[in-house]
Amino acid sequence: MSRGGQGILASFRDRALVGKVAKEIAAAAKGNPCRIMHVCGTHEWAITHAGLRGMLPEGVEVVAGPGCPVCVTPGGEIDALAELACGRAAVTTFGDVVRVPGRRTSLARAMADGGDVRVVYGMSDAIRMAGREPGKEFVHFSIGFETTAPMAALEVGRGLPANLSVFSTHKLIPPAMEFLLRAGIEVDGFICPGHVSTIIGADAYRGLAERYRKPMVVAGFEPLDVMLGILEIVRQKRAGEAAVSNMYGRAVSGRGNEAAVEAMEKVFEIADTEWRGIGRIPGSGLRLRGEYAASDAAVRFGMGEAAADSMPAGCGCGDVLLGRIRPEGCALFGKACRPESPIGPCMVSLEGTCSIAYKYREKF
Amino acid sequence: MLFKVFLLCLAVPGRVVEIEGEVAQVEIGGIRKEASLALVAKMGIKVGDYVLIHTGYAITKVDEKEAEAILATWRMVMEAEDGGAPQF
Ligand code: SF4
Repeated sequence: MSRGGQGILASFRDRALVGKVAKEIAAAAKGNPCRIMHVCGTHEWAITHAGLRGMLPEGVEVVAGPGCPVCVTPGGEIDALAELACGRAAVTTFGDVVRVPGRRTSLARAMADGGDVRVVYGMSDAIRMAGREPGKEFVHFSIGFETTAPMAALEVGRGLPANLSVFSTHKLIPPAMEFLLRAGIEVDGFICPGHVSTIIGADAYRGLAERYRKPMVVAGFEPLDVMLGILEIVRQKRAGEAAVSNMYGRAVSGRGNEAAVEAMEKVFEIADTEWRGIGRIPGSGLRLRGEYAASDAAVRFGMGEAAADSMPAGCGCGDVLLGRIRPEGCALFGKACRPESPIGPCMVSLEGTCSIAYKYREKF
Repeated sequence: MLFKVFLLCLAVPGRVVEIEGEVAQVEIGGIRKEASLALVAKMGIKVGDYVLIHTGYAITKVDEKEAEAILATWRMVMEAEDGGAPQF
């Protein structure tokens, strides 16, 4: 029987199959409790949207890690870009970023004050806008993990319009996973982020699996994908294994998208960088190489490095991002902090763990 | 629908319906969108293929055979235990 791609996806949502995998997980988890972390906003969305936590047996817990790039962007950077937008340049960025509070202001506040902030779908929109208004300076606030960095790398490598530069706050996921493991977070295995892995490849997690003796399982985003990923981690733990397993072979290869990685290596160098609510993580940031200084907004506008940063007062996002608490564990969740009046970035960003938990709270 | 909200780490599968140079027209749930093939130039993308699209760029090809393989395994497990094929 031949099936189109959408038909296959429908099968990955089939409740009977998912329920069957849930039973297998329950069997493998007997006397073998497992705490699993994922590091991707889309995984959190998929898990919460499909109510998968409710299908897991007692003893198997899935927590969200720092998988929301907007949530970990330092408030000082948001302030700096908001200030740029008020007179010096038009700032293009992704919609999710606009309402996130910095330390003093936000891009939304800058807009209300007459600043020039433009929401774009991607890097090519920013290039088109800059091309249409050659007399105006544009800065693209480029946020995201390995999935989003290649686009900025590609376009910077090819040459941007003279009036467009990039402010890179791109971050890398494996160094963040390593940072958490070194810090001794309580976790038995990772669900590795599917879309990040399309770029860096499943092999990128091998060192982590070996050094820290934890299963690393690349999984897709349909309910069946996620459940199979969980089953694989529970099974590995039971068998005393700690291997990289790729359960998302339809989109992820061992070596990833080598052209994308090459583009990143050409244009970016690795730097230590600040993760809001977590701290400075060695080797986890991407900044433009010296050769591309002409495209670097940090150079063009003399912007300093992001200082150590914290979440707004009373906000537990830092603990949410480290998987220490679920959003419900924050005293402000659903009370003072709601999507229409967010306090922390985890409630603003659509892929923030708090925003997802709030939206689907009736499922619990 | 998922692809109407913008998530930074989100990528959505679309079917390539037209290719002109580096730019493809892709169909995502019935809607046509433009996507750059610059990052997948070496993957030999053809009309009819599925690609994952992120912020307007295809990032990889989606292999339907792989998807079928996982499903086939689980269909077999279910058939063996339940004595009948599940309905898809
Ligand atoms: S509920 Fe609001 S205040 Fe609490 S951790 Fe989440 S974003 Fe921060």
